[in-house]
Amino acid sequence: MRWYIPYGNPTYFIWLAVALIPLMIGLLYGHRFRWYQTLVSLFFLILTFGGPNWRTGIALICYFVYQVVLVSAYFHYRRRKDSPNKGWVFVLSVILAILPLVVVKVTPAIQSGKQSIIGFLGISYITFKVVQTIMETRDGFIKEYHPIIFGQFLLFFPTISSGPIDRYRRFVSDYEAVPAQKDYLDLVQTGVRYIFLGFLYKFVLAYYFGSVLMPQMQFGAMMAHGFSWYIVGYMYTYSMDLFFDFAGYSLFAVGISYLMGIKTPMNFNHPFKSKNIKDFWNRWHMTLSFWFRDYIFMRLVFFMMKHKVFKSRITTANVCYIINMLIMGFWHGETWFYILYGLLHGCALVVNDTWLRYKKKHQDKIPHNKFTELFAIFITFNFVCFTFLIFSGFLNTLFFGPSKF
Amino acid sequence: MDDVKETVLSILNDLTGEDFSTRLDENLYDSALLDSMGTVQLLLDLQDKLGVNAPISEFNRSEWDTPSKIIAKVEELK
Repeated sequence: MRWYIPYGNPTYFIWLAVALIPLMIGLLYGHRFRWYQTLVSLFFLILTFGGPNWRTGIALICYFVYQVVLVSAYFHYRRRKDSPNKGWVFVLSVILAILPLVVVKVTPAIQSGKQSIIGFLGISYITFKVVQTIMETRDGFIKEYHPIIFGQFLLFFPTISSGPIDRYRRFVSDYEAVPAQKDYLDLVQTGVRYIFLGFLYKFVLAYYFGSVLMPQMQFGAMMAHGFSWYIVGYMYTYSMDLFFDFAGYSLFAVGISYLMGIKTPMNFNHPFKSKNIKDFWNRWHMTLSFWFRDYIFMRLVFFMMKHKVFKSRITTANVCYIINMLIMGFWHGETWFYILYGLLHGCALVVNDTWLRYKKKHQDKIPHNKFTELFAIFITFNFVCFTFLIFSGFLNTLFFGPSKF
Repeated sequence: MDDVKETVLSILNDLTGEDFSTRLDENLYDSALLDSMGTVQLLLDLQDKLGVNAPISEFNRSEWDTPSKIIAKVEELK
């Protein structure tokens, strides 16, 4: 038996096709074979976390039990009659929920690159789901909670390694229902189309940019010792690789979910067509940016405005943009380039808002036409690619890394 | 009933500078009149002026995206 990264190679897809057929026939005729779906999930989790990766498998099991116990405890606390709904219980629960992730993210930074033993592929994405469930429980909007269904939600195998990040109430409503035959056929059609588009993205385009062009740029930049056009070439090829690889993976994850009758939300919507940086975050890694928007940004703004921390609404927004994107930077990892990436995007959101306000005020003087729109797309695209260059860590290897030649 | 409608419309007017009394079904997000900041302000104003406690979790873009949907939601939560 071999062991697989999800969607990493053709054999994984053959396993998928074979395993999903009975489930799909069931759904087509109005039944969701829950026990069979659980069995399939288990099989694919073992494919990824078993064998030589068994240590991460153990870490996943411990983490999973820990989080299910935590959320169950918090849910019971909140659903008790006359639940005091204390703020500190909520804050403590959220801290406990993110604690394992924090340990995993900080360990490499303080132990010179060594990975934490409690880490496993996809820990961040499960943490997002847990925190979101706790927050909605706090607000009283998750009224029904079942540990088994919550477990299905956390371990939903098509999205386990890198999202898209679904939401508990949305997932449960799909999981507990069986789509009408016509709707299911539409889902299958769309799902299959997504999977084939994913093949094009991941195995053709990402391969070409990432494995053919990028190494040439990398080599050229290394040999040039210092600034060279190769760095610019690297910036664009890396950006294309990042997009097609991740968007391809996301298409697989969404496509497979659809075949299972679960409408996992989309992750990308033509991000390079964005007219400004806010537009970009509504199109790029959408489930992550919406998670940050709904569970960090909006809550922070809500809190600050309610307690009147800043007099001006604009200051509040700006401070929250920076904090929000900085947290996203820290989430990527504790290195200067991830944190700078977050900071740059935070500042870009501030500049973007300032510009939009200025433009609105001087509507009559500032032209707005097809040409300015194209120009805006051009600027946004290049700014984004520049931040991806920072994000890639290549500048770190190039200027501060150990000499390779 | 009308009271809620009027208050919601006046809050939206303050936030966006537009009068929605004749455009009750216009999508506030598609036309980019409301963003996350505006949404939070809207929820806070609803709390202040109508005593409706709408936490951000309850807020769902597809259910709160037109003036008439917001009015319906507020009446439901009241």
